[in-house]
Amino acid sequence: MATLIKERRIVGDSWHLLERGSKGELPEVPARGDVIVPLALWLARREDFLAYLGKLGVWVDANEGPEALAGDVQRFPLIAVNFPKFGDGRGYSIARLLRERYGYKGELRAIGDVLHDHLYFMEQCGFDAFALREDQDAQEALSSAFDTFSDSYQATVLRPVPLFRRRLGAGKT
Amino acid sequence: MYRYDEIDQKLVDERVVQFRDQTKRFLAGKLSEDEFRALRLRNGLYIQRYAPMLRIAIPYGLLSTKQLRKLAQITNEYDRGYGHFSTRQNLQLNWPKLERVPDILAELATVQMHAIQTSGNSFRNITTDHFAGVARDEIVDSFVWCEIIRQWSTFHPEFSYLPRKFKFAVNGAKADRAAVAVHDIGLHALKDEKGEVGFRVLVGGGLGRTPAIGFVIREFLPWRHLLTYIEAILRVYNRYGRRDNIHKARIKILVKERGPEKFREEVDAEWAHLKDGPSTLIPEEIARIESRFTRPNYLRLPATDSGLEAALAADRAFANWHKRNVHPHKKAGYAAVTLSLKKTGVPPGDVTVEQMEKIADLADRYSFGELRVSHEQNLIFADVQLADLHSLWQEVKALGFATPNVGLLTNIICCPGGDFCSLANAKSIPVAEAIQQRFDDLDYLHDIGEIDLNISGCMNACGHHHVGHIGILGVDKSGEEWYQIEVGGNQGEVRSGRGASLGKVIGPSFARAEIPDVIEKLIECYLARRDSDAERFIDVVHRIGVEPFKESVYGNADQRAAHRRGQLASA
Repeated sequence: MATLIKERRIVGDSWHLLERGSKGELPEVPARGDVIVPLALWLARREDFLAYLGKLGVWVDANEGPEALAGDVQRFPLIAVNFPKFGDGRGYSIARLLRERYGYKGELRAIGDVLHDHLYFMEQCGFDAFALREDQDAQEALSSAFDTFSDSYQATVLRPVPLFRRRLGAGKT
Repeated sequence: MYRYDEIDQKLVDERVVQFRDQTKRFLAGKLSEDEFRALRLRNGLYIQRYAPMLRIAIPYGLLSTKQLRKLAQITNEYDRGYGHFSTRQNLQLNWPKLERVPDILAELATVQMHAIQTSGNSFRNITTDHFAGVARDEIVDSFVWCEIIRQWSTFHPEFSYLPRKFKFAVNGAKADRAAVAVHDIGLHALKDEKGEVGFRVLVGGGLGRTPAIGFVIREFLPWRHLLTYIEAILRVYNRYGRRDNIHKARIKILVKERGPEKFREEVDAEWAHLKDGPSTLIPEEIARIESRFTRPNYLRLPATDSGLEAALAADRAFANWHKRNVHPHKKAGYAAVTLSLKKTGVPPGDVTVEQMEKIADLADRYSFGELRVSHEQNLIFADVQLADLHSLWQEVKALGFATPNVGLLTNIICCPGGDFCSLANAKSIPVAEAIQQRFDDLDYLHDIGEIDLNISGCMNACGHHHVGHIGILGVDKSGEEWYQIEVGGNQGEVRSGRGASLGKVIGPSFARAEIPDVIEKLIECYLARRDSDAERFIDVVHRIGVEPFKESVYGNADQRAAHRRGQLASA
């Protein structure tokens, strides 16, 4: 099972990720339990889910968008974004949109091909939870992957004011 | 030169630590080939045909002599004594050892250099006009804007894994010397009627296997909105650019598939959220960046120099060089000088360690300790006193960099080709050399006048063959090296009225040995049809079309048909 890092700590995971079948078919949903359902399933059965007994999270695939969730984002204690392959950068945009445009405050979890060398960027884009790919060394990741760079030029979710504005402030004092 | 502040330096130092750790984990078997590949590429490290190749960033082509000496030392210690200046204004080393690359990066960091994002599916080194800051037709100093965009694009957390590489060019003068129309994004600086700076933004241009001229997505983008607008373009591309097929992943394909108008609408919709946000630029930041550039301490000089005039009158070889390799400067009494790296017999863009050191000495003595790398793979001394030109020429000539061919046929842009590159279908350097040998008569060269001849060893088009007035492309035909000829390409509006265009293939390809003859026929065709010396090769192609050039090479339609029948009969 993949190790979960949340807010820079290794934690247990009570959530059950409901994946699509091998042909893309939507999964069955258990009667109870904390589940993360595919976005398409949420959209198809939104009304049913409103009465769901457990906690409900949703996961967004790289080719999907947060737009479909728009007004619903605050309903979810957890939204996951899938990285089908480590080189697929769409999830970074999805995360920023969720945080910056839709104001999502809950757990934002990276799932899929989540590797050591991508954690820094993921965190800057607003992820706070990382379901590491199984072969990844979680201790090593914690010790060196999140603080790769001490600052960033751009506005990010963690540093919403871009460096050039902060530099200016520092210069004035 | 832009001088790093503490934060700039720290980020580059941290990159060295990161890459050292990545290399260590790879060598320890903790990173797969595939995973490490994505990481090393964004540090400019390829595994090439014979050895790794390291591409060192020279942001917007600007180098100090301190940096050049460091490059010479690195080339000497870690490589085989020579480097290659590329068309992206970078320096490539062809023989470094993988396990020593972190040490090379650490050495580079000591002189405010790096190899960040020089390859991989990332935002690449930004290129610009090699006469930035000194050109008489300057609108803005493009270095300042390049540096602002360099910082914005460095380690951008959202755009570090784009569908494909992303090339960005900025032109700050009236003439387009940065080929902005053949980049993923190109900026052309403008001033509105109030004197406010803005940019014409082009998107979706590029070379490679599907060459395209960029479309103008915005006629005038006020400078304050530069970063938010680029961010909107990049976000649309990052989300919707194709990732299923590497050959269809550049932004030009997305623009084409969506249609330019639809693409513009999507960008505008995204921009509506970002516009006037925290990334909106402020005058203080422009001033801060400007102030971190060192500026030459120019003397007040007369506009002409009698010693220079006398030398020009007395020395024809010097006058020839002056005509081609010396360029006007915005400060009276100064000129910009091109050191040609296109001497016959030397691979275009190649420089040895000794040459780097000597060039650094010359730049210190003649040009305020700075130089530029041009996308035509030459070096530029941007700030030379007119009174010094004759003695500089003599010194440069002794080094073999005074070939008076800038803008002429033998100033060939050429990729490393099959001699070095694992992607190449064919060699390109020997082709360049054969053409240079054929056209070694200087009077003839000057008579032919301005012409761009570009050579790529494969359809990735690193030698920019699509925008050569004559372009040569190496192709593979059942394991053999053949060469296709294009005519009519143009890199951009260097002269007004003749914008960027892509060359057209004139017909079936040729064996390498045939190429000099083919080029000669094309040139003869041009000379026979031009109205005057002032009408360049490219102008004639645009006036009379490609057909006469085709005929000059393959014969007319009847002759071609007869030739084909002959081929079929003998087959």
